[in-house]
Amino acid sequence: MATADKVLVYDRIKGVKQIPLEEFYTSGHRTCQGCESATVMRQFIKAAGPRTVVAGSTGCMYVANTSYMTTPWIVPWMHTQLGAGGSSAVGMAAGLRALMRKNRIPQEKIHVISFCGDLGGGDMGLSGISGALQTDYDLLIIMYDNESAANTDIQATGLTTWGAQTTFSPVGKVERIMHRRWKKNVAAMLAVGHPNCRYVATACATFPPLDFLNKVRKALSIGGPTFIHTYDPCPKGWDFHPRYSHELGELGVRSGLLPLYEIIDGEVVYTYDARKTAKGRIPVREYLTRQGRFAHLTEEDMAHIQRMVDQMWDEWEVPGVAPFRGTLKVSA
Amino acid sequence: MAVAQPVGVYEREDLLTGCQAVAEGIRLANVDVIAAYPIRPYTEVMDAISKIIADGKLVAEYIVADSEHSQFEIVKHAASVGARAFAGSSGTGWMYGFEALVVTATDRLPVLFLVGNRALDDPGAFGVEHNDALAIRDMGWLLCWVATAQEALEHVLLGYRIAEDREVRMPMALAMDGAFLTHSQHIVRIPSQEAVNRFLPPFDLGERRLHPDNPVSIAPQVNEDWVMEIRRQNWEAARRARGVIATAYEEFNQVFGQRYRPPYSFEEFLTDDAEVVLIGMGTVAMPARTAVRRLREQGHRVGYVNLRWFRPFPTEELRESLRRFRAVGVIDRDFAHGAPDDGGVLLHEVRSCLYPVRERPAVVNFITGLGGRDVSIQDAIRMYEITQEAARKDRLDGFVTWVGVRE
Repeated sequence: MATADKVLVYDRIKGVKQIPLEEFYTSGHRTCQGCESATVMRQFIKAAGPRTVVAGSTGCMYVANTSYMTTPWIVPWMHTQLGAGGSSAVGMAAGLRALMRKNRIPQEKIHVISFCGDLGGGDMGLSGISGALQTDYDLLIIMYDNESAANTDIQATGLTTWGAQTTFSPVGKVERIMHRRWKKNVAAMLAVGHPNCRYVATACATFPPLDFLNKVRKALSIGGPTFIHTYDPCPKGWDFHPRYSHELGELGVRSGLLPLYEIIDGEVVYTYDARKTAKGRIPVREYLTRQGRFAHLTEEDMAHIQRMVDQMWDEWEVPGVAPFRGTLKVSA
Repeated sequence: MAVAQPVGVYEREDLLTGCQAVAEGIRLANVDVIAAYPIRPYTEVMDAISKIIADGKLVAEYIVADSEHSQFEIVKHAASVGARAFAGSSGTGWMYGFEALVVTATDRLPVLFLVGNRALDDPGAFGVEHNDALAIRDMGWLLCWVATAQEALEHVLLGYRIAEDREVRMPMALAMDGAFLTHSQHIVRIPSQEAVNRFLPPFDLGERRLHPDNPVSIAPQVNEDWVMEIRRQNWEAARRARGVIATAYEEFNQVFGQRYRPPYSFEEFLTDDAEVVLIGMGTVAMPARTAVRRLREQGHRVGYVNLRWFRPFPTEELRESLRRFRAVGVIDRDFAHGAPDDGGVLLHEVRSCLYPVRERPAVVNFITGLGGRDVSIQDAIRMYEITQEAARKDRLDGFVTWVGVRE
């Protein structure tokens, strides 16, 4: 592992009043009221600025987001395939670098950002993202995670919270819980497996304020391939009123179900640590009971999720990040 | 074993495999981005290119990808920012990246791919079959087969020239038979960089280039509102490509001497007085041409048509050519199970091409050489005999013969 740069030099947004006023993701998109993924789009490009090229994988942030003749993108943007979140970024970065090396375009820093959803990035495109994080190109991959194939009808993905109702995991007369997979730990998995990747983070678009904006700035400043996983409450898919989108994100983080951290040169920094707040981690039921997709859960189901989350924070070697437990013990 | 003997616009001669010849073409085309992923038999081209880059003979971004899908997406997006890009694959790897192949064409990004033709799994076979490359035939790709290493090198240059033309802007698949060309050595004359520069202009994607100075949105969701018009534009580009192909060969001839004769999309061998011809793609030309010579020694009026460009299909020229003969035997190194008359892919293209002709030649079909099985001179002679018989008969009993199969 490279020696950690203890001080990461980047253009930090210190307060709400310092958030750039310029919008590079504007009107024209057709996302739902209260869409947090659209907020992710708006914020990442605000943080990155206009000297950026963007690729967007198939997903709700393509289909609902970017319609012909009404594009919301002020920066150059291109569609890419569902599983091409990593490879599209590599392609753009390689192309730009080659053209600069050969003096066919002016030398300058052009940010390369590719975004993909949890289905595209966390399931199908994992291999391509892994490949991208092994390169030495400056690029940022953002996986916006609304815990479903949100454009396609709200189907379960590898990142859907255990027990959630989706169109692929309905409640039936015999089976109450059809989605029995625990949420895939994508950010940490990528950080562990790619020592050359200097920056990996998880984020929530609006909580804590400025956190996501500054994580984008850090990722783009540190150099090399970087990755951010965002948690995006989805009113349509999670079944709650759009006015609660920000609040749901905050509850998810405060309950510990959605841990917020960044891994800079192999060093884990908790950017919001519920354990250190006055209330500590709030019970997950405060988060779960606010969403229709969990309306069918019994007390035992919620206790199961709570146990799993407790384990994440109390037993993992790196709490909330890496699911290893202690040293190997020789059984008696 | 380089022979340093400059021959006009050629800088030297070398003994190269088909793959190595393509790698020389990539060097001369000054390609910007190359993405590799291994699969036999195309993979040797990446062995050669990586060495060329390691030796400092080409400045390019060279990426070993995690899969064919990523490999193809990388070059697609490299092209989208205006870089000249190259990738390739074979058989089942080509199919693994198929989604990316489709969007590269619908996005009209003029990359060049090498397809080292290989049988599709299952069961495993390294040898040539054309089904891999043929899978893209309806997607908006330029698709061309070469039969020698010299042609392979030259068609890298021709391929970029045609694909990148403003009137075309389509991706180009350069297909060559696995083993028989990818790995067989030929004496190749390697053009000088100066001559190549005279022929091949730098790539300029113009107003479609993805760059902060040109903030376009590419390929947004259109649905039924616009998809049909966009398909129509791509259809028109494929039609225009025929003219650009002819122009490109003419320009190539002006720089490199009379290398190619019209109609450039296919070449005829001893057809002037022929009654019966075979038509095929790729290295099957070799046994077929030898069979033509032997049969002509015995007084048979036979010839061979080597089809080079499959997409766009040279409809008019091929129709005018083939209508002169009494019978045409179509050689398919592919399969199309359950197709009309149970024939191969090329059969249907050729028959369809000939349909508007009132006095048509009889058309028969041969499925042969699958999975890399050798097509011998004897096999070719047998195909000529069957085609001659079809020329004599009013009515055909069957259209399709499998040649060289255990029955």
